[in-house]
Amino acid sequence: MYFDNMQAVLSMGGHGVYVWSAYAVTAVVIAAVLIVPTQRRRRLLRDLADVQRRARGDANPAVPEPR
Amino acid sequence: MPRCIIAAAALYNSVAMWSFLHKLGSPPWLYSISGSILRWLLPLTLVALVVGAAWGLLFTPPDFRQGNSYRIIYIHVPAAVVALAGYYVMAAAGAVNLIWRMKIADTAMKATAPVGAALTFIALFTGAVWGKPTWGTWWVWDARITSMLILLFLYLGVVVLYEAYDNKEAAGRACAVLSLVGTVNIPIIYKSVDWWYSLHQPASIKFTGESTIDSSMLYPLMFMIGAFYALFVCCLLLNLRAELLAREARTSWVRKLAGVEARS
Repeated sequence: MYFDNMQAVLSMGGHGVYVWSAYAVTAVVIAAVLIVPTQRRRRLLRDLADVQRRARGDANPAVPEPR
Repeated sequence: MPRCIIAAAALYNSVAMWSFLHKLGSPPWLYSISGSILRWLLPLTLVALVVGAAWGLLFTPPDFRQGNSYRIIYIHVPAAVVALAGYYVMAAAGAVNLIWRMKIADTAMKATAPVGAALTFIALFTGAVWGKPTWGTWWVWDARITSMLILLFLYLGVVVLYEAYDNKEAAGRACAVLSLVGTVNIPIIYKSVDWWYSLHQPASIKFTGESTIDSSMLYPLMFMIGAFYALFVCCLLLNLRAELLAREARTSWVRKLAGVEARS
C-alpha cells in the first residue's frame, strides 16, 4: 500500500475531500443504474403474477394490490 | 474439391449467422440468455470495480505534479471512454431500427440511453471535482467539457423523447434520428483537446506511439476501463430485460414467466 496509515488514506495530502467525494458519488450512481432496472423488472413480473392470481379467483393474493 | 469446401463453409457460416440473427430478434431467447449472462457477469463486474478502485486509490504512487487528486482518473477516464463507446451502440441500434424496422434494436436503443447518461454524468461530475484542486475551478466552458455536456443532453434527450410520444413506434424513430444526428458530436469530443486550447489535458493513452503514462498507473487504469465496459454491458442487459417484459407483457412467454411467479 502506498499510504502509511488510515489518516493518510482519508486526507490524501489535502486532496481527500475531492477524491473520496468523487468516488462516493460514482458509487451511488452505479448502484442506482443497477438497482432501478432490477426493481422495475421484479415489479412488472409481480404485477403480472397478481393479474393471473386474480383471474384464477384467488381470494387472497400474496401481494395486496398492484400500483 | 477445396472450392466445394469453401462453398460449404460459406453456406454454413451464413446459415449460422442467420440463425443467430433470428434468435437475436427473439425476445424470449434474449431475455433468458441475458439472464444467464448476468448471473456471472454482474458479480464479476462488482468485484472488478471494487478491486480496481482499491488498486487506484491505495496501491499506486501519486502524480508528481498533481499529487493525490489524480486518483480520480481511475473513474473519470473509464466513465468517459465507455460513455463515448456507448453512444455508438445507441446510434447503431437506432440505425438498425430505422433501416430494418427491427424491434429489438429499438428496445436496445432505449436500454442504452439511461446507462450512457449515468456514465456521462459520472465523467462530468468527477471531472469538476478533479478540476477544483488542479485547475482552481469546477467548470470552464471549453470545448471538451461543453461537448461532453452536449453528450449528456443527447442521452437525456433520447430518454425524454421516448416518454413524450404515445405512439412508441414513432418515438423509436424520432429517438433514432436524434441519436444519429448526435453522432457528429463524438469526433468533436475526441478531438476537442487537440483542436482548441483547453485546460483539459490531452490523452495520455495512445493506440499509436508511446503512452505518456507510467505502467504503475496505466495497468490499474486499463483494468478500470475494462470494469466499466463490463458495467455498461450489465446495465444494458438489465434495462433490456425490464423493457422486454414491459413490451411483451401480453405475449404467452411473459404470461408463462408470470405464471411461475404467481405459483411461487
